[in-house]
Amino acid sequence: MGFPDRIERTVELAHPPAAVWAALTTAEGLAAWFGNEATIDLRPGGAARMRWTQEGFAAEMRIERVEEPSVFGFTWPVYGLPDGDPRRTYVEFTLEPTGAGTRLTVTETGFAQLPEDIYRKAFDGNTEGWAKELGELAGYLDAA
Amino acid sequence: MPPDVEPSGAVNAAADVEPAVDVEAIAEQVFTALADPTRRAILAVLASAGPATATDLAVRLPITRQAIAKHLALLAEAGLVTAQPAERRRVRYRLCSAPMRVAQQFLAALARDWDSPLDALKEHLDRGA
Repeated sequence: MGFPDRIERTVELAHPPAAVWAALTTAEGLAAWFGNEATIDLRPGGAARMRWTQEGFAAEMRIERVEEPSVFGFTWPVYGLPDGDPRRTYVEFTLEPTGAGTRLTVTETGFAQLPEDIYRKAFDGNTEGWAKELGELAGYLDAA
Repeated sequence: MPPDVEPSGAVNAAADVEPAVDVEAIAEQVFTALADPTRRAILAVLASAGPATATDLAVRLPITRQAIAKHLALLAEAGLVTAQPAERRRVRYRLCSAPMRVAQQFLAALARDWDSPLDALKEHLDRGA
């Protein structure tokens, strides 16, 4: 395996699933261990936003799975790809009770997705890109 | 799991279109190109200043036009630059961003740090207990 599509970690936590669930799915919890500031609309399709103030970095998440207290999943952008790139990775937390504690598994998948435009032919002559967009901008400004 | 981010699904759907393309090969071509200082310099100029002919690049880089042309041919073969007809029967080369974004995904997977956040989660839970 070369190109890593999937990241997986499992940790044993000495706290019951309810406590872990709160840390993962509330703004207070997320801001305490994950980022520095967080907002979350906890429902499938809801938005969450995390900010890391020191790094000056923010991430917009889309909540996908909310199955209290066992599964929490969201998608977020792939770090480093331009804004608006449709590719996102999927993060899923799975909580299993273990005696007095919780076995927490986090998986993140989707790093090996292909961008759609990779299929463009290299020499199709239809890749004017910025030159074309700048031309359109000039036309728009002229018309205004 | 949402179907639009299921990786195997995404790759399979893509494979229906063009089975020859695979992320591993694309990323490898990008990293191979970047490992060479001349090709790295050529890509850097195309990224920072936009499309250029071999002659344009020879003005900006301390490399002969012949050497630049040879590297551009390799880069075009690998799909990292595209050749476009330019004035006076010249060829202008522009950077292809799609393979770079595939390489970026590879780096994103390596740069994703779950170990530190999970350590922080443990500490957070222990503090609250």
